[in-house]
Amino acid sequence: MELYEAWKPLLREGSATFLQEFYVKFYQAFIEGDRWIQYFKGVGTTLLVTAMALAIGILLGVLVAMIRTAHDQQRPGKRNPILGLVNAVCKVYVTVIRGTPMMVQLLIMGFVIFSSSRNYNMVGALTLGINSGAYVAEIIRGGLMALDPGQAEAGRSLGLNYADTMRFIVIPQAFKAILPSLGNEFIILLKDTSLITVIGGKELVYAAQAIYGRTYEQMFPLIGVACIYLLLVIIFSWLLGILERRLRQSDRR
Amino acid sequence: MIDVKHLSKSFGDHLVLDDISEHIYPGDKVVIIGPSGSGKSTFLRSLNLLEEPSAGTITFDGVEITDANTDINAVRRKMGMVFQHFNLFPNMTILRNITLAPVRTGLMTQAEADQAAMQLLRRVGLEEKADAYPSQLSGGQKQRIAIVRALAMNPKVMLFDEPTSALDPEMVGEVLNVMKELASDGMTMVVVTHEMGFAREVGNRILFMDGGKILEQGSPEAVFGNPQNPRLRDFLSKVL
Ligand SMILES: Nc1ncnc2c1ncn2[C@@H]1O[C@H](COP(=O)(O)OP(=O)(O)O)[C@@H](O)[C@H]1O
Ligand SMILES: [Mg+2]
Repeated sequence: MELYEAWKPLLREGSATFLQEFYVKFYQAFIEGDRWIQYFKGVGTTLLVTAMALAIGILLGVLVAMIRTAHDQQRPGKRNPILGLVNAVCKVYVTVIRGTPMMVQLLIMGFVIFSSSRNYNMVGALTLGINSGAYVAEIIRGGLMALDPGQAEAGRSLGLNYADTMRFIVIPQAFKAILPSLGNEFIILLKDTSLITVIGGKELVYAAQAIYGRTYEQMFPLIGVACIYLLLVIIFSWLLGILERRLRQSDRR
Repeated sequence: MIDVKHLSKSFGDHLVLDDISEHIYPGDKVVIIGPSGSGKSTFLRSLNLLEEPSAGTITFDGVEITDANTDINAVRRKMGMVFQHFNLFPNMTILRNITLAPVRTGLMTQAEADQAAMQLLRRVGLEEKADAYPSQLSGGQKQRIAIVRALAMNPKVMLFDEPTSALDPEMVGEVLNVMKELASDGMTMVVVTHEMGFAREVGNRILFMDGGKILEQGSPEAVFGNPQNPRLRDFLSKVL
C-alpha cells in the first residue's frame, strides 16, 4: 500500500526500476480497489455459464444422438415418418451449428434473437449450450456407431427390447469410449465462455476489460486472466483423468 | 417348429438368399454346411429376424414372425442364439451376462435367475467364474458362457453360427462337448459349422448351401457318404 503510493509517481516520471514498475502495475491490476474480487466474480460467472451450457449441451446432444441413431436403426420397410421429419430437423441443426462460427452465433443470439434481453450471461449460456449440443451429439453418435453391432444383436437375440439393450449394453460401453472426447468438449466449452463478452456477458474476460479500461494497462489483467483459465483447465483435466482411469479399471477387475 | 417359406434376402441388389423353403422339426439337429459367403449366416440370422427377409415368411410355433405386427422380442426369447465371436457383454460380470435377460424380460426374479445361472454354470464347469468379467476368460470359456446365457432364457430352439470358428484349436473340443450334451438332452438345434466330425456325429440332417440356395440335404450318411450335387462333392473334397 505505502510502497504503491510511493512508487506510483516514479512511473509517471519514467525513473522507476523494472521491479518498481512491475509492482505498481500488478497492484493496479489486482489489488487496488479490491479488484481481485472482480476476477473472482468473473471466475464464478465463467463456471456458472460453463455448467449451464454443459447441461444444455448434454441434454440436446443426447436427444439429437438418440433420435438420429434410432432413425438409422429402424427396420427397413418399417420407417416412421415422424421420426424421419425429426431426424431431418436434427441434421439441419447439427449442420448449421457446425457450419457457422461460434462468435457469429453469439452475435445473432445476443443482438437479433434476444436483443431485448438484458440477461447476457443467460443468453450466452444458452448459445454455448446449443452450440455444444451439436458437437456432443456427433461425439455420442460416433461412440454408438463405433461399438461392435454384435453387442446390440446379442442383447436383442436374448429378447431384450430396444430400450433395455441401449440402457444396459450399448450406452454404458459407448459412454466409457467417448468420455475422453466429452472431456475435451467440456474443456473447449470452458474456454469458449470467454466469447460471451461480445454480447455483454460478465465473465472473466469482461472483468479484465473493465479493469484495463480504467488503468490503461492491458498486460497484467490479460496475462492474469490467461493464467486463471490455464489453472481451471489443468484442474478439470486432472479430474477427468481420474474419472477415466476409474471407469477403465472397472472393466479389467 | 420353424417353417420357412420362399425366403429371399438381398443386400442392395446382391441376392444372398434365393427362395429358400425349409422346415425345422422339434428335436431336429440341423447342421448347415457350405462355402464362405454362401448365405449360411444370413439364413440363420433370418430365423430370429436379426436379418429382415426381403420376401417370404417364417413361422415359429404357429406365429408368423415375419408379420410386422408380431412382438419380435417375445419370439426371440424362445430362440437362443450363439455367435461366432461370443458377444458377451464386457461391462458385466458373467453372472450378470447370464441373468440380465431373464430378469429384464420378467421371466424370473433376480434370485431365481441367479440360482438358474449357477446351475447352468456348474453344468459347463465354470461356476467359479460367476463373478469374473468376460475379459478374464479364454475363448472356449467365453463361448461356453455364451451358450449358458442363451440357455438361461429356456429357449425352444438354439441357433449356432460357427460357434468354434474363432477359437484356438485346443478349445474347440470343450465347446463342442457342451453342444453335444445339449443335443443329447433333446434340444432343437440349428448349427452352422465347419466341424464335419460334429456334423456327422450330432446332426440328424445336413443342409448344404451354396449361392443362397440349399442345394442338397439329407442324413449325414447320405450327404457325406453319397453326395449327389457336384458342388457338394467339390466342397467336401476340400474340407474333408
Ligand atoms: N449386412 C450385409 N450387408 C451387405 N452384404 C452382406 C451383409 N451380410 C452379408 N452380406 C453378404 O451376403 C453374402 C452371404 O453372407 P453370409 O450369410 O455371411 O455367408 P456365410 O455365413 O455363408 O459365409 C456374402 O456375400 C456377404 O458379403
Ligand atoms: Mg457366416
